Amino acid sequence: MLDFPPWKRIFLWLITLVAILAMLPSAVSLSGGKWPESLPDPEINLGLDLAGGSHILLEADPAQVAHQRLETMEESVRAVLRDADPRIRIGDISTADDKLSFLLDDPSQVDAARDLIEPLTTGAGLTGQRDWTIEVVDGSRFILTQSRAGLDLAVNQAMDSAAEVVRKRIDALGTREPTIIRQGDERIVVQVPGLQDPQQLKDLLGQTAKLEFKLVDQTALQSDIEQGIAPPGKEIVPYAATSRFAGSSIVVDRLGGIRGDSLTNAQQSFDPQTNEPVVNITFDPQGGARFARLTSENVGKPFAIILDGEVLSAPNINEAILGGTARISGGFTVETANQLAIALRSGALPVDLAVVEERTVGPDLGADSIRKGIIAMSIGSLLVVALMILSYGRFGIYATIALVLNVLMILGIMSIMGTTLTLPGIAGFVLTIGAAVDANVLINERIREERKRGRRVIAAVENGYKEASRAIYDANITNFIAGVLLFLFGSGPVRGFAVVLIIGLFTSVFTAVTMTRMWVAGWLRKARPTDLNV
Amino acid sequence: MRLLKLVPEDTNIHFLKWRVPFYVISVLLIAASWALVLTKGLNYGVDFAGGLEIQATFTKSEEAPIAALRDQVGGLGYGDPVIQRFGDENQVSIRMRLPDDVSGDKAAADRISDQVISDLEAKFPDFRLDFKGSVSGKVSGEFRTKAVYALLAAMLAIALYIWVRFEWQFGVGALFALFHDVSLTLGMFALFQMEFSLQIIAAILAIIGYSLNDTIVVYDRIRENLKKYRKMGIVELLDLSVNETLARTVMTSLTLLVALIPLLIFGPASLFGLTAAITLGIFVGTYSSIYMAAPILIWLGVTSHSFVPTESVADKQDRKARGEA
Repeated sequence: MLDFPPWKRIFLWLITLVAILAMLPSAVSLSGGKWPESLPDPEINLGLDLAGGSHILLEADPAQVAHQRLETMEESVRAVLRDADPRIRIGDISTADDKLSFLLDDPSQVDAARDLIEPLTTGAGLTGQRDWTIEVVDGSRFILTQSRAGLDLAVNQAMDSAAEVVRKRIDALGTREPTIIRQGDERIVVQVPGLQDPQQLKDLLGQTAKLEFKLVDQTALQSDIEQGIAPPGKEIVPYAATSRFAGSSIVVDRLGGIRGDSLTNAQQSFDPQTNEPVVNITFDPQGGARFARLTSENVGKPFAIILDGEVLSAPNINEAILGGTARISGGFTVETANQLAIALRSGALPVDLAVVEERTVGPDLGADSIRKGIIAMSIGSLLVVALMILSYGRFGIYATIALVLNVLMILGIMSIMGTTLTLPGIAGFVLTIGAAVDANVLINERIREERKRGRRVIAAVENGYKEASRAIYDANITNFIAGVLLFLFGSGPVRGFAVVLIIGLFTSVFTAVTMTRMWVAGWLRKARPTDLNV
Repeated sequence: MRLLKLVPEDTNIHFLKWRVPFYVISVLLIAASWALVLTKGLNYGVDFAGGLEIQATFTKSEEAPIAALRDQVGGLGYGDPVIQRFGDENQVSIRMRLPDDVSGDKAAADRISDQVISDLEAKFPDFRLDFKGSVSGKVSGEFRTKAVYALLAAMLAIALYIWVRFEWQFGVGALFALFHDVSLTLGMFALFQMEFSLQIIAAILAIIGYSLNDTIVVYDRIRENLKKYRKMGIVELLDLSVNETLARTVMTSLTLLVALIPLLIFGPASLFGLTAAITLGIFVGTYSSIYMAAPILIWLGVTSHSFVPTESVADKQDRKARGEA
């Protein structure tokens, strides 16, 4: 037990040294200095509760994805049947729940229709399932149902691209080092350190930026609009709160408009006549062509510019717009116009995202917490050290050195692993200091006992370490279990607590048991004491 | 140098003599704790109840205008806020649960909190936002479920480990001691209506870890003594084991306390709940490993035979071959 050949001593010190060296970059930057860039710099990340910043949890509504797929499917089905030769006429179209159902005018065309609709579905999942199931009932009624696997796949794809859009928008704000992670099936976690204005970020993320151009139906009766009754194939859309006509609504064609997802650019600008802030958009060639067709076919009629289900404005088409650019106005301020430009450039979100959780810590509070935490930790450590040295003399000094190495090693390992130090993590440090000292208390008390029973010095020390180790290992393993569960079930800052506890378990066994044994062995060999003051 | 000895060397306290009254008291306390939790309920923080929490500093004021804040925030019509001083004199924490009528709207917590903040920023020019948290009802429900799972899983996994490493009676004993600790901590939070947040779950798991540490040290000594003193009565043996480890128990509890108390006094206000819970847990945990974990072994029938290695077939044949009885 007390045999430490030179290779073993060198090995132990090497491990300690590497771990301690790894914490140097963090120590330098925490104390306000600058670590030379030419050197490798593993650093501890400070949690948002210490560094300041925002944690935002966004959640999508899968039902919305389902609804959109239904709409897209309806448009596709109408298009393929209309373009068929001979044309297949349908009626009584309804979309409800997860189903699209319609009736063929001519039941003899069932097979032809099925042949056209089948290619609209694709495989989903591993079992050879399709994303839609097609049924024909009563001879001529088609029912298309979204399959579970198809919907899951669609939600998954929507969330992937939503995360991508979120990233683009945050990058556009110039925020440094944002973290954007998908969580579960329908959530995205956004973490931005040191953000000054979380409101601006959330406004940007909360905007779906689904831009549509739809033709206005001027024939609808105002009384019907007020009662919310839309003519078949049309829909009622309210004006945006910022627009001049806020409070009223208009009727537009439900299908056949142009979506703003085919833009190549969007910039905030000013209207040359009114000097009102506007957004200039540029379509890609395809979108430009479609826009040109829509405007040239409908000169003289009004069309509505709709953003996220609200009408921004409904200008008359004075002439065909062939250049592939357009100007959007709608009672913007410079700020909201700019924000819309960013949102349009980064593309529309495929689903609306709602903020279901937010934690924002101001930079002052974080700095204050670090300062108070360090003060408290220092006082606590000093008291612990005093108590140890008063109680165990030389053995207490060994325990103190072990404690210092322990704290440095935890910081070092956290740097190497790139883990995050949070406010509860600081409490974890304090607890780890206590637990690490417990190992030395156990050992030293045992050595005391062994001496009392009359064992000679070397035998007492050897037995002390051996007998105490059993309880130390059992205690550490059970604590490890608790720590891992805390990590698995905990979230955010609480995980930081678990991280420190878990790393601390390993380092404290290493420093408080192995290292102190090496020092004690060295001292016993050199000094050959006949009695122990322990 | 004369060293400090907190526990005199020949301490021999008959702890176990009082085991029955202490057990009765403890079981009553556990029952009372659960009664409190069920009737008074826990004062859930934003994490578990959903709603919003705002911490702010009034940078140019000596004292936070708590009464004015109460009128202002209460006047918004979202229910009554809980407004308390938090940290320094000019710092406050504002907590508010969500009114039921918005429970279907998952973004409501966030929207309302932003509205409260912009309202306060407009009303009080020296308002500085330090922390803002908003949690929707669904997310807070998930936090609650996860917390319950974490606590149950931790207790069971640990009891299993002890069972494997010791004997089943020890696993049951450790589990009961942990149940005692968790119950009393919860009872305390219900009694004083202290805020029960995610951090407190971390604290309870730390208490579980610490209390178990204590229990293991005592158990380890009991096992050692059971093998050593085969003829000693079980009560006497448990007393001996507790006394032998008493110096360590006192010393460790004390070091932890001297490390934690500065954190309680000088540490950041947002760590107060966590630190207070752990500090409390140290007392409860130490008590439970002596008075809950040890005596239960008597009733579960642990004797010196529990650790006698059973004779293997090979040994038996060896013995017969040597012609021994």
